[in-house]
Amino acid sequence: MDATILANSAWAAGAILAGGMMFAFIRLVQGPTLADRVVAMDALATMAIGALVIVSVVTGQALLLDIALAMALVIFVGTIALAMTIERGNFK
Amino acid sequence: MIFLVAGLLVLGAFMMFLTGLGIYRMPDVFTRMHAATKASSLGVALLLLAAILVFGDPVVLTKALVTVFFIFLTAPVAAHLLGRAAYARRTPLWEHSVIDEARGKIAASDDAPGDHQPGR
Repeated sequence: MDATILANSAWAAGAILAGGMMFAFIRLVQGPTLADRVVAMDALATMAIGALVIVSVVTGQALLLDIALAMALVIFVGTIALAMTIERGNFK
Repeated sequence: MIFLVAGLLVLGAFMMFLTGLGIYRMPDVFTRMHAATKASSLGVALLLLAAILVFGDPVVLTKALVTVFFIFLTAPVAAHLLGRAAYARRTPLWEHSVIDEARGKIAASDDAPGDHQPGR
């Protein structure tokens, strides 16, 4: 009973999350400036952390939370690097 | 208990959905950043709270709290730097923006693209 409720709510959460990822991906593809694309990429990576947490809850694999923490570290450095690139580079 | 976990999972995923919708629908870079940073931080926090309740393990609790703390610490910093960079590149504001508080405080960076002064 409990496992059924958990699995069903996780499927619903995954579907909602996939809808959000779709919208962010559209912005990533058609964003007018590079800053739009970086914002969309950052949000997509954060949503990937959320997807990892959902999979971790359903399968009981606590190891996936380590990967979520490592992803949070990596996307911060990536966003900072891309922000510096936008500020200094001579392209739109 | 299980309904609380199910509600937290769906609510966190819904916050993530609002993030994507905000990024798609908002009119310019700065408002999109506003939607992206706050809602996705709250979504990750809610999903990790669901994970804490499901596992009930001190190790998972510590890892989840560290992840939430790190995201709450870094998401505003990243958004600030990105917004500053976009403003310095003279990214146009939405035409209905009512105030531009950074006017004259952030120098444009496309005057001399070749010789950037580090630390400015």
